[in-house]
Amino acid sequence: MAIRFSHGGDEHIFGEVSESMSLESFFTGLSMINAVRAAQIPGVIETCPANASFQVKFDPDKISPTDMLKELKSFEEQAATADQTLATRIIELPVYYQDPWTHETEMRFRERHQDPNSTDLEYSARVNGYATIEEFIAAHAGQPWFVSMVGFVAGLPFLYQLVEQKKQIQAPKYLRPRTDTPKLTVGHGGCFAAIYSVRGAGGYQMYGVTPAPIYDPSQKVRYLTEEMCLFKPGDIVKFRPQTRDEYDATLEAIEANEWEPAIRSCSFSLTEFNRDMAGTNARLMEALNGN
Amino acid sequence: MAIKVITPGLSTTVQDLGRPGYYHLGFPEGGGMDRFATMVANLLVGNPEGAALLEATFMGPELEFTAPAVVAVTGGELPPKLNGVEQPTWESFPVKAGDRLSFGFLKGGARAYIAVSGGIDVPLVLGSRSTYVLGALGGFEGRAIKAGDELPVGQDSLGQGSGTPGRTLPPGLRRQEPADIEIRMLPGLYWHRITEAAGARFFEDVWKVAPEADRIGYRFRGGQPLEFVEREQPFGAGSDPSNIVDACYPYGSIQVPSGTEPIVLHRDAVSGGGYMMLGAVISADMDLIAQLQPHRPAQFVPVTLDQALAARADNGALFAAARAHLAP
Repeated sequence: MAIRFSHGGDEHIFGEVSESMSLESFFTGLSMINAVRAAQIPGVIETCPANASFQVKFDPDKISPTDMLKELKSFEEQAATADQTLATRIIELPVYYQDPWTHETEMRFRERHQDPNSTDLEYSARVNGYATIEEFIAAHAGQPWFVSMVGFVAGLPFLYQLVEQKKQIQAPKYLRPRTDTPKLTVGHGGCFAAIYSVRGAGGYQMYGVTPAPIYDPSQKVRYLTEEMCLFKPGDIVKFRPQTRDEYDATLEAIEANEWEPAIRSCSFSLTEFNRDMAGTNARLMEALNGN
Repeated sequence: MAIKVITPGLSTTVQDLGRPGYYHLGFPEGGGMDRFATMVANLLVGNPEGAALLEATFMGPELEFTAPAVVAVTGGELPPKLNGVEQPTWESFPVKAGDRLSFGFLKGGARAYIAVSGGIDVPLVLGSRSTYVLGALGGFEGRAIKAGDELPVGQDSLGQGSGTPGRTLPPGLRRQEPADIEIRMLPGLYWHRITEAAGARFFEDVWKVAPEADRIGYRFRGGQPLEFVEREQPFGAGSDPSNIVDACYPYGSIQVPSGTEPIVLHRDAVSGGGYMMLGAVISADMDLIAQLQPHRPAQFVPVTLDQALAARADNGALFAAARAHLAP
């Protein structure tokens, strides 16, 4: 399927691989961005892969928008047939679901929600066909997620769960965005989970918080000394539910700078995943938990 | 040499010409919202055009200098006063140790640029001294300045004799703010999501800058809500007709959450999200937006790519003429 290209003003070209989310579209977009980076086209300033699209910012004084578009189109065929295998890593992240901080925040913005009489978790469990919040959380934390975009604010990952489409959790964004979201909230909008790297505005449903910093501009957190942001597109994430006591203990270890998340190398092949989702996820979990 | 902050103004941050190259991780380019005023303020005091300076929004700070320097104020009409005596804008003037720089009320525009010879010497973070407040990164401790801060001044200079007082950029070489604000944009991105009639109304309506207008984006109010072309929402996008599968947002892109209030993303743009965009403001008009006050009426005007590039060339000529005039 052809990529839909559009000029974003005179300095950007935007490419939509598909209107709907799929890992195929993500991989095609990533291949396009990898091709642009490898070609080292003079004038290219920023190259951004996204969930099912991508964007290139360039200096039109160095390369005209028309020529930039020609360059991008020349990569299209190669990107559509590129090898959809990634050498990547799986990261386990603890999550304290049903925490008091996101609860307090959602209560403050209740009138902006589609169902002011339910909590975000109650509402999301119901619209996704789960009888209880516990079953909903079990589904959320049960299978790994794929980082299909980083952005909005510094280091914020968008995550797509590695399950078949009919099992994907879907939830609308708030009717009107909140002006506040606690730092490290695990949220959900459309089919995407997100982890809010900083405190601020947000429209996603809120399910819990992770104690683990994922962005550190001071680069003091022991696993963020080299890169300020934990996540890159292509990373795989497994959430592990925590109790309040476990959360507090993790937080204490983080404050002493003695904690880091489990991070293991793994590979991910889209072809293999499409052929055998359960088997692929089992192998990912072996990579995470095996010795 | 340092600058003591007596009062900070409303929102005053350290900015330079930005940190391009990290948008894929969610870091916006940043930098002075009015790039022309940023460049000129630096050149007037003999700094390289990308040196770090202060961007003051709507209201000026009060500052005290600990050593002699040369200062220039450009951008919006925010009259500088040295020890209470009014000084010209768009012209460099000397300050001595112990002098206090304050500002009168804003008479035009929205943002003033305060350059000091030597530049504000905060650490380079990802290649820039610009403050990215949302990410608590860069600038002075990653935030707007506060009373009691001491801002270090560096030795960023174009060379001997370049920091002379009395240098000025004549009015004819400055950007002229038009009486009627027309923001030129290239329709595209998700323009196809709205009906033809809604598209026509978007350009006919007179919008007003909303109070929510900052470095991230400018919100506009007062026009009619958009009508969307009906469709079954694509998987993963969310249920509102203005929702898309979260994508990158170009700088200058015009998103319209729920189809009601357009938001033009600016230099500290959020890098992506799930709202459809009607297109993007052309690069030549980004500085113009930086100087709009809340409640200012404005219209969006569609242009072609060729017109956008012609406007870019005109804008480039404005920068080139100022550079030539201020060459040391």
